[in-house]
Amino acid sequence: MSGLGSAPLPPLDADDHLLGPATPGADPTDVAIVYADYECPYCAVLHARLVRGGGRWAFRHFPVRSKHPRAWAAACAAEAAALQGAFEPMHMALFADQARLEDPHLWARAERLGLDVARFDADRRSEAVQARVRRDFTSGVRAGVVTTPTVFEHGRMRPIALPDA
Amino acid sequence: MSVVAAGAPVPDFVLRRHDFSRFTKDDLLGQTTVLVFYPNAFSPVCTDQLNLYEEVLAELAAQGATLYGVSCDSVWAQKAFKEQLGITIEQLSDFEPKGATCRAFGVYFEKGGMPTRALVLIGPDGVVQWSWEGEHPGVLPGANLIFDALAARPAA
Repeated sequence: MSGLGSAPLPPLDADDHLLGPATPGADPTDVAIVYADYECPYCAVLHARLVRGGGRWAFRHFPVRSKHPRAWAAACAAEAAALQGAFEPMHMALFADQARLEDPHLWARAERLGLDVARFDADRRSEAVQARVRRDFTSGVRAGVVTTPTVFEHGRMRPIALPDA
Repeated sequence: MSVVAAGAPVPDFVLRRHDFSRFTKDDLLGQTTVLVFYPNAFSPVCTDQLNLYEEVLAELAAQGATLYGVSCDSVWAQKAFKEQLGITIEQLSDFEPKGATCRAFGVYFEKGGMPTRALVLIGPDGVVQWSWEGEHPGVLPGANLIFDALAARPAA
C-alpha cells in the first residue's frame, strides 16, 4: 500500500491536540476528531460552534494550499507554538482573525502570547514541524477526508451542516 | 452508460490541451495516467477535488503517475479555472464536438450536458487499470482511492 492509500482513522495519541474542557468521568479518548485548516471560513464557523458547545475535541491539520494559501503556514505556526506549550492559545488566535495570516501577523501573535519569537519563527520553518503538519494531512487523506472541516466521531465520518461562509 | 472498466483498452479520443494542441490515446502510451473527469469548472465540488489532488501531486509523481483534469469546458474556461485555483494540474478540454471523449469513456451525463465525476487509471500500455464513477456529481472521491488503485497495479 502506498503512503496515501486508504487506512483507518488513527486513534488519538499523545501528540494529538485536545481542546476544550474534559468532561469529568468521560472516556478521555472518546472525543470528536476534527480535520480543519485555519484559513477555511467553514472551519472557523465550526470552531466557534465547538467553543460555544463547551465540549472537548481533537484538532488535526488539513491544509490545502491551492485553496487556502496561508493554511500551511498557519498550521506550522500552531505547531511551533505547541513546542513552547502554547498550541491552544495560538489555535484560538488564528481562528480569531483569519484575515491576518501573513508572516508579520504570525509573529505578532507569537509576541502577544509571550513566546520566544525567534525560536517560534525557526520552529515553524523546521522539518520537524512541517512533518508534524504533514502527518495530520496524510492521516486525513488516508481516512478519506476530502474537504474541511471534516469531523469523525467514534472513528466514523459525521456529516455536519454549516451555513454558507 | 457507465465508465470504461478495468481491462478495456482506452478508446480513441481527442482532447485539447491549453494551447489547443491535440491530446490523444498516443499521449497515454508509456506513462501511467489518471484522468479526472469533472462536471464543471468553477463549481464547488470540482474546486475542492482539484485543490485536494494538487496537494498530492508529488506523491502521485513518486508513483510514476501523471494526473489530468478533463471536462467539457472550453480551453479558455479551463485556463481561467486553473489560474483561479492556482493549480498545476493540466486541463484537457472536451468542448467540441462536445462530450465526444466523455461519451467514449462512458462518463457523459446527457441530462446535465457534462461529464459525471469519474476517475480512470490507465497503464503505460493504454489499458484501463481501474476506474471509478460517483453515484452523483456531488460525490468527491478521496485521493486515497487513487493511491489504492496505484498500489493494486500488477507488477511491471
